[in-house]
Amino acid sequence: MEFNFITVAFIVFSLITLGGAIGVVTCINLFRGTIWLMVSLFGVAGLMVLLSAEFLAAVQVLVYIGAIAILFTFAVMLTRSITSDKMRFTRVWVNVISAGILFVLFALGVIYPVWVANAATHFPVTDAGLATTTDLGVALVSGSQFVLPFEVAGLLLTAAMIGAIVIARDADDEGN
Amino acid sequence: MGEFNVWTSLPAVAPEIGLTILAAVVLLLDAYLPKEKNRARNIAFVSAVSMAVLALTPFIWAPAPNTSELFWGGMVRHDALGQLFDVMILLAGAITVMIAVDDSGVGRRGEFHLIVIIVTLGGCILSSSADLVMIFVALETVSIPLYVLAAFRREDNKSSESGLKYFLFGSFASAILLYGFSFLYGLTGSTQLTAIAAGLNSEIVSGNLVAVLAALLMVIVGFGFKISAVPFHFWTPDVYEGAPTPVTAFVSVASKAGSFAVFMRFLIEAFGLPAVSADATSTLVVIDGQTIQTFWVNLLTVFSILSMTVGNVLALRQKNFKRLLAYSSIAQAGYTLMGLAALQAQSAIGQDIAMASITFYMFMYTFTNLVIFAGIILFVEATGRENIADFAGLQRRSPWLALAMTIGLLSLAGIPPAAGFFGKLFLFQAAVEANLVGLAMIGVLNAIVALYYYLIIIKIMYVDQGIDEDKPLAMPRSYAWVLGITSVVIIILGVIPTPIFDLAQQGAAAVRLAMGS
Repeated sequence: MEFNFITVAFIVFSLITLGGAIGVVTCINLFRGTIWLMVSLFGVAGLMVLLSAEFLAAVQVLVYIGAIAILFTFAVMLTRSITSDKMRFTRVWVNVISAGILFVLFALGVIYPVWVANAATHFPVTDAGLATTTDLGVALVSGSQFVLPFEVAGLLLTAAMIGAIVIARDADDEGN
Repeated sequence: MGEFNVWTSLPAVAPEIGLTILAAVVLLLDAYLPKEKNRARNIAFVSAVSMAVLALTPFIWAPAPNTSELFWGGMVRHDALGQLFDVMILLAGAITVMIAVDDSGVGRRGEFHLIVIIVTLGGCILSSSADLVMIFVALETVSIPLYVLAAFRREDNKSSESGLKYFLFGSFASAILLYGFSFLYGLTGSTQLTAIAAGLNSEIVSGNLVAVLAALLMVIVGFGFKISAVPFHFWTPDVYEGAPTPVTAFVSVASKAGSFAVFMRFLIEAFGLPAVSADATSTLVVIDGQTIQTFWVNLLTVFSILSMTVGNVLALRQKNFKRLLAYSSIAQAGYTLMGLAALQAQSAIGQDIAMASITFYMFMYTFTNLVIFAGIILFVEATGRENIADFAGLQRRSPWLALAMTIGLLSLAGIPPAAGFFGKLFLFQAAVEANLVGLAMIGVLNAIVALYYYLIIIKIMYVDQGIDEDKPLAMPRSYAWVLGITSVVIIILGVIPTPIFDLAQQGAAAVRLAMGS
């Protein structure tokens, strides 16, 4: 393995991913656990950038960190009894065995296509015909592609948000 | 399509641009107008008048005659049919805002008008969509704000229930529709409807007949929900009864008209039309020797018969006026489905009449339903009751209101001189042109059944003795205008239907020619 910028970045992001994951399983406080989960997911997003999958990286940050992890945080914060829980999950052997099986499965999943799969089914990665995030951005604002649905979706979301506020607002504010 | 040119593309979305500006203005008015008694009323007048004026834009920036061109990268068509649907949806929005001003639940909120404007925008763009992405976004722009509007009266449990029901059923239907769309995209690699037709006709799709039929079925289920056809109608009575009445009125016209328009375009553009003469080319999609059109025509014929019959029979038993109109609207969807089934006609005139009759029916149905709902709002606001029996002796309490509602009911029943007569006549004519004589007969029989419950209401209003007949109903000026204008439009359409019907036929011919058949 050459020692260059990519290698350094790979090691850093791997450490962030694994470190975050360790944080998730070792934290007693569930709220801190969700924060560590975000750290771990961010590391995965970094790894995706290294694999030239910028779009997946952006989706990872927007959907997993921006939406799902925040949802976890809300769920934890809204259920108070769990937030203050200091108990540890103690069935160690069950955990170790299931984690081990999962690890072996994942490792096989990664190793099999790289070393075992037939060379005939192996295609080199090319950039030809591959849409990038730039293409996506252009498609959304180009008059000969998707600008019209994009703008209408913006209006739809505005109306939906205003409607949601109207329905959720306290009855005291009526008529204002 | 050629090179994108923003100046030639703008007329295709002229009403939508106007509505976007109007939405921004209403938002600002709602935020900055001083708090006084007539505030919401002023906002309503601004919205209603602006939408009525915007209904002129489809004629000012009219499409080139006898064309149905694609604009904005194949997203929308600009043609006479879209023009007519734009006009009816814009006027429906304007009238809805006007009849909501005195409704205790929704009229006093500025947000109500804003959301109505956005739904109107969605409906306008929906009726001329020509791309799966555009269809779905526009359909949701019509649906999601309407879920909100149905639940607008939070202090009323029925309204909340209706909003939640509408939302659950609606999002389920949207998901099924989207699943069908994804099949079509997966099979053909395109979201543009005419490109899908080309893709389905190519070699790649052969052997995938079942997948195409499954996709078509899912799309029909999705649209069937939006137009409340049997067997996808279960949400209709509860939503119609529970939602605030102006919202019910709007759901029953705008969402239905837009959905019928795009359903028609979808079936024509993605699955083709038969050849109009021996030497003309057919644009029908044929997979593994099976014509897809046969499948959907048969399916829609069955749905049409079911909707007419179930809607009319269940309407006979209703006590609540809004529930009655819900079942009546299911039956009306059944009549209109007849026009879709008639697209199998093998002559140019037959196909044109099929498209034009759907357009004309929706056009007159918009005004017909709105005049009746305006009357119901006025009556319910004054008395707090909405059962049919409570309308007894209405003629002695408010003769003009009773007259306007009578005109609306006659139009729903299809009796001249109201517009509904020609609406039904054109649909039956289309069915006969397409060799669906049996379907037309069932339609006529159903119209006779429907006559009974519409006429009963007129009898109750004019003949029956009410408990408080000596108390006259006050008629606010805004309602007098709405009732007057819509009644006059219904009568005019019923006496001289040709201008609108001819325009619709030209539009239909343009769509047919654009398909290349």
